[in-house]
Amino acid sequence: MKVALFQGCKIPYFVPQYEESLRAVCGEFGIELLDLEFNCCGYPVRNLDAHSYVISSARNLALAEKAGLGIMTPCKCCYGSLKKTEQMLKERESLREQVNSVLAKEGLVYQGTHGVKHLLSVLFHDVGVDRVKERVTRPYQGLNIAVHYGCHALRPSKVTQFDDPIAPVKFDRLVEATGAKSIEWTSKLQCCGNPLWGKNDALSLDLTTKKLENARDSGAEIVCVACTYCQIQFDTVQQQELAGNDGNGIIPSVLYTQLLGLSMGFGEEDLGLNRNRLKGRELEKFLT
Amino acid sequence: MFFSVTLYLALLICGIGLLYKVVSWFRYRIGREASSISAGERLVSAAKGVPAAVLSPRIGILIKVFTLDVLLQRRIFKESRLRWAMHMCIYGGFMLLLFMHALDTFVSMKLFSEYHATLNPFLFFRNLFGAMVVIGVLIAIYRRMTVKRMRITSGGMDVYAIVILAVILVSGFLLEGAKIVSHEVFQDMVDEWAFLDDEELASLRAYWAKEFSVVFPERPDWTDEAVLEQGRELHEISCAECHSKPQWAFVSYGAAKLITPAAVKLTNADAATGLRYIHILACFLGLAYLPFSKFLHIFASPVSLLVNAIMKEGKPAEANVVTRRAMELDACTHCGACSEHCSVGVIYEQFLNRTILPSEKLIALRSLASGKSLGDKELQTIQEGSFICTNCYRCTQVCPVGINLQDLWITIKEDLAVLGYPEPVVWAADAVEARYGSKPLETGLLSPPGGIELQKELGVSLQADTFSRCFECQTCTNVCPVVNNFENPKATLGLLPHQIMHSLGLGLKEHAMGNRMIWDCVTCYQCQEQCPQGVQVADVLYELRNMSYRHLKGTE
Repeated sequence: MKVALFQGCKIPYFVPQYEESLRAVCGEFGIELLDLEFNCCGYPVRNLDAHSYVISSARNLALAEKAGLGIMTPCKCCYGSLKKTEQMLKERESLREQVNSVLAKEGLVYQGTHGVKHLLSVLFHDVGVDRVKERVTRPYQGLNIAVHYGCHALRPSKVTQFDDPIAPVKFDRLVEATGAKSIEWTSKLQCCGNPLWGKNDALSLDLTTKKLENARDSGAEIVCVACTYCQIQFDTVQQQELAGNDGNGIIPSVLYTQLLGLSMGFGEEDLGLNRNRLKGRELEKFLT
Repeated sequence: MFFSVTLYLALLICGIGLLYKVVSWFRYRIGREASSISAGERLVSAAKGVPAAVLSPRIGILIKVFTLDVLLQRRIFKESRLRWAMHMCIYGGFMLLLFMHALDTFVSMKLFSEYHATLNPFLFFRNLFGAMVVIGVLIAIYRRMTVKRMRITSGGMDVYAIVILAVILVSGFLLEGAKIVSHEVFQDMVDEWAFLDDEELASLRAYWAKEFSVVFPERPDWTDEAVLEQGRELHEISCAECHSKPQWAFVSYGAAKLITPAAVKLTNADAATGLRYIHILACFLGLAYLPFSKFLHIFASPVSLLVNAIMKEGKPAEANVVTRRAMELDACTHCGACSEHCSVGVIYEQFLNRTILPSEKLIALRSLASGKSLGDKELQTIQEGSFICTNCYRCTQVCPVGINLQDLWITIKEDLAVLGYPEPVVWAADAVEARYGSKPLETGLLSPPGGIELQKELGVSLQADTFSRCFECQTCTNVCPVVNNFENPKATLGLLPHQIMHSLGLGLKEHAMGNRMIWDCVTCYQCQEQCPQGVQVADVLYELRNMSYRHLKGTE
């Protein structure tokens, strides 16, 4: 299958390992990725101005439509942002007309012919857990993972339609396909805290710390995420703010594509594992 | 004499200007480290760093970057073939003209013993190089009018650059054209190089009128083959050694043909001398003004490319990083590539804030760095533009002169925060606190109650008007992780989510906007997900943030 890859603004400079690992994994499953020059999904500017957000999102949808492809994004904030715009443009004709009059200046138009998917949805629905399992050549053993769903793909569920908002399973199944065990933990569906980082650092870190401590205390070796911002919060920010002199934080975090890629036989460099900031990410020890 | 004096004057002004600019690279402060490092320390650090790089294996990097990025301009080529062709024409053509034509006494004559300005191949190539510059300038004008966002970002400096080049080139071609047709130049040359009687002069005139397009007051008769033949023989003896046919100067020849009907009048009015003054003085003006114009990039851009290539590998000294930032401001060519590819450029039209666009943000940064005192509105504008940037890195990747824009943008955000212009959400939360504090309900009642108007105002988000369905079950407040983070949430946050919904229901706009809760919302959407009435709580909070921001900025 072919999709337009929507990386979002944070991957190229802040989490390039997400791009590296997702290309490796998608290549294995024959998911062809088209790179278009997208713009920001509008999620950050939505705090200041709604029209800026909608037009930003809509332009991306229109660009993908022009290329005749649906969008696949590895970031959950981008996913939620694009899906919300998709919904609003579907239900409000006046808004769609307004947006299209702006897009028309560039020769673009949004007609809602193609959709938006998150990377996990593509792996779960289009590839399938069974096929994922097949490609896992070195399953993990004895590895407990605290699966973190993140907020913006799960909620508001009427808009995102990603998974059951109260008892989601898709990410867990994908993680378990690698042989790892997805543990129960009470803070599982809570926010990572990143949306407040840079705005109210103390509050943001409070939320993050509570989550990570709960993950660690529930018996996980590592947290697994599938969102750029969640990884920034649990890896970069944790290392910067919560790590001790030994370089260890509360509990490290890994991107799903890195977790999966290792068990599929890719090397550390292919998956950018050396770019993850926190120590204690020796997942290789758990591979069979 | 006159041209010598004006040349030295131009060189002097240029030299002083360049010195002033280079000094500013060590004086301007960008970044929080900058205040603790003196200009002297920065100078010393740079003086140590440069030889350390050059006299090391890293010289390989410098040679590679100089060849590929300075001479061949690979970074431009990667971003746009047309832009590369345009710049190659301008830069290549102008450099060649500078060395082979303007400095022909020092370069061409030394390299080629048979050099004469009117002889091929020099005659042809001079026009070719000039034509290259003209083509480049025409492409530049075309691009500035058609490429995305270039009309927004183009300014006075860009117009000046195009105009000065155009004046130099056009006056040059016209000058050569005027000389081609000039019977006075012909006579001066005959007086100096040939010794002819009247009959011989007449035949040479006929030959030159026919073959070299000179226009005489009385048109010589060149129908007689014998006269022409004699003219040709004389030409071979006295003229041919230095003169190739003027058609080889294809652009100037075209100009000559165009002015032929008025050639005698122009010659008698000494047009050639006038054009020569315009041509040379325009060059000197360009030279004198160079450090203050875009053309400073001729020196600063190679420095930026080389310095950034070295600094990318390894850990550069803090002092040198601070100096680099100041230098980069002068390396910018205002080409607009960054703004063309900016991820948030599409938002420019909504805010009409130019500093959202990287090239304009850089200009604003120049004002900030120079220590110029900027007004509140101006700083707010730069703040908004800077924090809307998502640091996606694309501008840094396309910058043709290798400026580390990412570093500049991260730094400007820090500097603005120190000045009291932090991330707008932080600024708004503080402004709200200052403005509303924890005022009791009375203040709310002063604002016109109007639930219906509010429903209309909370516009974009679908069904933000759903707040009217709220029946105060307080589920939203109870599932909110932010509320649950505090011992006394009401004291910290001002109002709780369900109270905000209720305020809206009562039409208490200021009450709903005047609290920290809306700015401390982490957008986890638990409230909206769990609400039994379908109130889109989180979306409403987004709308309130938008409304509050406009309100606080004063742009409602």
